Amino acid sequence: MGQRETSRRLTHSSAIRVMHWIGVYAMGCMIFSGWEIYNASPSLHFLFPAWTGLGGWLGGALAWHLSAMWLLFADGIAYLVYGFASGHFRRDLKPPRPAELGQDLGAALRFRLKHHMGHYNAVQRVLYAGVIIAVILQVMTGLAIWKPVQLGWLAGLFGGYPIARGIHLAIMFGIVAFVLVHVALVMVHPRTLKSMIVTVPQRSRKADERPA
Amino acid sequence: MSDQRNKPAVSMAEIRPELERLHRRGFLRGALSLGASLGSLTLLTGCDLSTHSGVDGALEAILCFDDRVQAALFSRKRLAKTYPASAITRPFRFNAYYAEWQVRPVPDNWVLSVAGLVADRRPWTLPALMALPQQGQITRHICIEGWSQIGQWSGVPLGAFLRRVGADLSARYVYFKCFDGYSTSIDMASALQPQTILALDFEEKPLAPQWGAPLRLRIPTKLGFKSAKNLEAIEVTNKYPGGYWENRGYDWFAGV
Ligand code: HEM
Repeated sequence: MGQRETSRRLTHSSAIRVMHWIGVYAMGCMIFSGWEIYNASPSLHFLFPAWTGLGGWLGGALAWHLSAMWLLFADGIAYLVYGFASGHFRRDLKPPRPAELGQDLGAALRFRLKHHMGHYNAVQRVLYAGVIIAVILQVMTGLAIWKPVQLGWLAGLFGGYPIARGIHLAIMFGIVAFVLVHVALVMVHPRTLKSMIVTVPQRSRKADERPA
Repeated sequence: MSDQRNKPAVSMAEIRPELERLHRRGFLRGALSLGASLGSLTLLTGCDLSTHSGVDGALEAILCFDDRVQAALFSRKRLAKTYPASAITRPFRFNAYYAEWQVRPVPDNWVLSVAGLVADRRPWTLPALMALPQQGQITRHICIEGWSQIGQWSGVPLGAFLRRVGADLSARYVYFKCFDGYSTSIDMASALQPQTILALDFEEKPLAPQWGAPLRLRIPTKLGFKSAKNLEAIEVTNKYPGGYWENRGYDWFAGV
């Protein structure tokens, strides 16, 4: 992707910044209330620490889960519409060629991958696209276990109620893993955090070009 | 309504700790403080967290909205999936708001009372219920806790029963009262769904006490807590009747 063509843009549009933080809040509610729901009848041999649960008890956790889901829906749909309509996805999340991904992944694993403000490298593009797809699947499996009869076709798509419930739990772990990596990388490049909060023009890009 | 002759097998003192835990329906208690404080900021600005009523109120309002969405998604014609006998879960898990050793015996001279918006309020004896046309099902019972199991029940379709007693089928709610202190209620549309039955049998044998003897509701289009066991009265009403868990904060519609 030519950096020239993007060089006059802001790093993140204000729409993206607002949607990002609403998404963080909604996702936090979904994850922590989900842990409380899990604890009511754990399907694996562990419990999430009680203090991490949101809702206080199963009924409260479900109230949070089935409330915050509307925020997540609204935010997610706005984000998808914006992403396609503005060309953000086409421009910034283009699937990398395998060679490009291999190169960037190798660099990342050797802590040599550079971060350019306003331009995503191949590893970033794959991670961001991956988490978008994971959240879409999480909403789909969530709907499937909420309405396994009325949306029986959807539950069937995921192998029926018990399997859909297992997938819902598994994708949560995937999303949490993304968040951990994502936050760690933001801590390595604090400037990126600022750019997700306030307007940062592309000009400041140079200053951030150092190996991670 | 038949009054309870048998002394309950469980005294209130025995189940008080459990009840007290559940009575605290404060949605925030024990909650992650970050989520809680962010919740108060975003869902409701300026609410007094010390009472928790603001956030609880907002969550309850959204649950009411969810109930309307659930009612709209519901179709009386859509059937829950049925399974072959080989899929039945064994051993079948007991579940109630009390432990299995506290299951109540069936009161002597048990009858099913019928109340509210019905033409014929005569109580029903067990033989009279058994004489009505029966229908069986092997369906998945899904608990609000997330676990599920496949069971086999048969009995009288609730829709046929309601027509038989001349119920006002345009009424909003059907309320179920149980002799173990439990209660629940469902919407009329779900009551008339053809798989909603007043079950007399479990696995082709008359219900044992722990499975809800002598009569229970079995409704595969709702979460498990709606399938009330040990029935003693049915009431057709337009006044919101609530229920044991519904009054403690589970969402009322609870459809699946
Ligand atoms: C995208 C973010 C979401 C996350 C991180 C998430 C996470 C979780 C987790 C960890 C559980 C516990 C699963 C278990 O008991 O094994 C759960 C349960 C549940 N989720 Fe979600 N969820 C999300 C979205 C949704 C959505 C959009 C719905 C839509 C209705 C939904 C509906 C449900 C329901 C009904 C349960 C209860 C199932 C049960 O009792 O086990 N979830 N969620």
